[in-house]
Amino acid sequence: MEKQQPSHAALSEQFNADEARVDWHDETLWWVRQKRDKAAWTLPEWEQLRENASRIKQHTLTNLHGYLLDFERQAQRNGVIVHWAKDGDEHNAIVHGILQQHGADRIVKSKSMLTEECHLNKYLESKGIDVVDTDLGEHIVQLARETPSHIVLPCIHKKKEEIGEIFHRFLGTPKGNADPEFLTHAARLHLREKFLSGRVAITGVNFAVAETGEFVVCTNEGNADMGAHLADVHIACMGIEKVIPQRGHLGVFLRLLARSATGQPVTTYCSHFSKPQAGQEIHLVLVDNQRSTQLGRDDFRSSLKCIRCGACMNTCPVYRRSGGHSYHTAIAGPIGAILAPNLDMRDHADLPFASTLCGSCSNVCPVKIDIHTQLYKWRQVVTAEGYGDKSKTLPMKMMAAMLATPLLYRWAGKLGRWVMRYLPAIVSNRFNPWYKHREMPDAPKHSFGEWYRKNRS
Amino acid sequence: MNNKSRENILRAVKRNQPPAEDLVLGEQLPAIRYDDVEAEFIRTLHSIGGTCHLVTGVSGISSALTGNFETGGRWVTTVPGLPAIPRADPLADPHGLENIEVAIVEGDFGVAENGTVWIKETSLAIRVLPFICQHLVLVLPRQQLVHNMHEAYDRIGSAEYGFGLFIAGPSKTADIEQSLVLGAHGARTMTVLLLDQ
Repeated sequence: MEKQQPSHAALSEQFNADEARVDWHDETLWWVRQKRDKAAWTLPEWEQLRENASRIKQHTLTNLHGYLLDFERQAQRNGVIVHWAKDGDEHNAIVHGILQQHGADRIVKSKSMLTEECHLNKYLESKGIDVVDTDLGEHIVQLARETPSHIVLPCIHKKKEEIGEIFHRFLGTPKGNADPEFLTHAARLHLREKFLSGRVAITGVNFAVAETGEFVVCTNEGNADMGAHLADVHIACMGIEKVIPQRGHLGVFLRLLARSATGQPVTTYCSHFSKPQAGQEIHLVLVDNQRSTQLGRDDFRSSLKCIRCGACMNTCPVYRRSGGHSYHTAIAGPIGAILAPNLDMRDHADLPFASTLCGSCSNVCPVKIDIHTQLYKWRQVVTAEGYGDKSKTLPMKMMAAMLATPLLYRWAGKLGRWVMRYLPAIVSNRFNPWYKHREMPDAPKHSFGEWYRKNRS
Repeated sequence: MNNKSRENILRAVKRNQPPAEDLVLGEQLPAIRYDDVEAEFIRTLHSIGGTCHLVTGVSGISSALTGNFETGGRWVTTVPGLPAIPRADPLADPHGLENIEVAIVEGDFGVAENGTVWIKETSLAIRVLPFICQHLVLVLPRQQLVHNMHEAYDRIGSAEYGFGLFIAGPSKTADIEQSLVLGAHGARTMTVLLLDQ
């Protein structure tokens, strides 16, 4: 039998074992959320900007077929080679095919959540390809044989001393040196070699413009450009929802993206790739991987508006205290929890429950996705489909039966009060999940009904 | 396989996309504008780790360069009229630029709201140049400043290019415990010379 994936709750429990670390993680992400607020407040028109971004995406999704055709035609006119992949496997095979065609056994990679979603690294490694992640955070988690725990801050879960240790082991930096500036410089020197000798580079795509066929890649480090411009072949991978109608719309999205992500007014580099440079090839892989299915779900369609800023993670009280890996999916946090059930409902049935439904995610989302409403709606769907947590569905059914039967309800209330007064150990023990991190209340002497009959009737 | 997937994806998208909605943007955005666009540009650029000097004429560029950078190491430029500095060769192998210490490139226009500068491919000579150099200097005529990104894209309009680039400050990362470090993979410093002609 296939090994069962531990649930979000189980993985969070592991993360929560080290309380000091949880506090540190929580505070670091909240600090990023506060930077986002300060950046947003510099623009009086911020809310209108969010509204317009949301409307542009809505319009695009309702006309996606036409915009995809426009984009393909323009990109081809620009000399870009366009590929279509129905799922992750096909995407990976296309990338591998291009590598084989060029006789390359190494690929220089910048950040792309899509390739994480498709598990490209694992696939290529199984084919004997050396994959070099060049974003500093992704390089660190790659060396540690882990996956990113955050879409913008891939190694936010790691302390600098741990990173120093990883660099000591793999890059030969002095033991015990955990200075971020020193370590970043060591990575710079190490990865320059890789950029200079790389023949095939892969990048993600932040926005693809239907009108012009160009695509925009945003980074702070400059790694996407170092890879792409120094390689003979540039492969850019994008989900089909990354298309926007016009170049002018980039103004709206670039104003929102970095401010929402890290509180910067804009990323250091916003590179607009249109045509390959002389002697180079640009391949563009358009990936569906069930986005077209999500497009057909009225309640969940707007999740495809996401521009991958990570603001919903930074603000989420559950994400901040459970860590990205507890979501066991490439995209963690609230947005991941509404995207993942579309990919595999059974494996990700627990994720819509990893939320307090406080709504903070929806409030910061730059494209106004109603994330917390969708989390709530996914709960209905996964439960109706039979993927609900059995330890919850059975008690819920019993509870429903009891609440629907007045006699049973009154009897259960009496029993509960009696037990809590005279035998509290029956409920206040570690086998009762409700008791974890909670004090049980003192049992009242009588029910409200009894009190009312005595005092008011 | 490829063509079949294309057809299948497009068919699924067409089937599943809801009825087309026109794009109706909200109230015309009163996008932010500043009383002193130049002062705001300089302030924002400093806040993101960039440096800015006001210079007058070609002699001003030259003295700002010698005053702010060590003259050792290899320099290249794409800016015309700087005879002492070798011109970047558009046909050269980009890998050969690895040892460039200082690159001086012409900026097209700057954006005050985020301190970014638009650079046309024709001003770069080689696409990798502003990334691979250790220190990047952008020469930007001081009249060429816009207030916000909407004005920026109005200005770019429907220009055709193979590659175009906004650069805002030096390459940076905060991937190690959110400590900001300048000089990740691209240029370690970024200086704008605001040129008064």
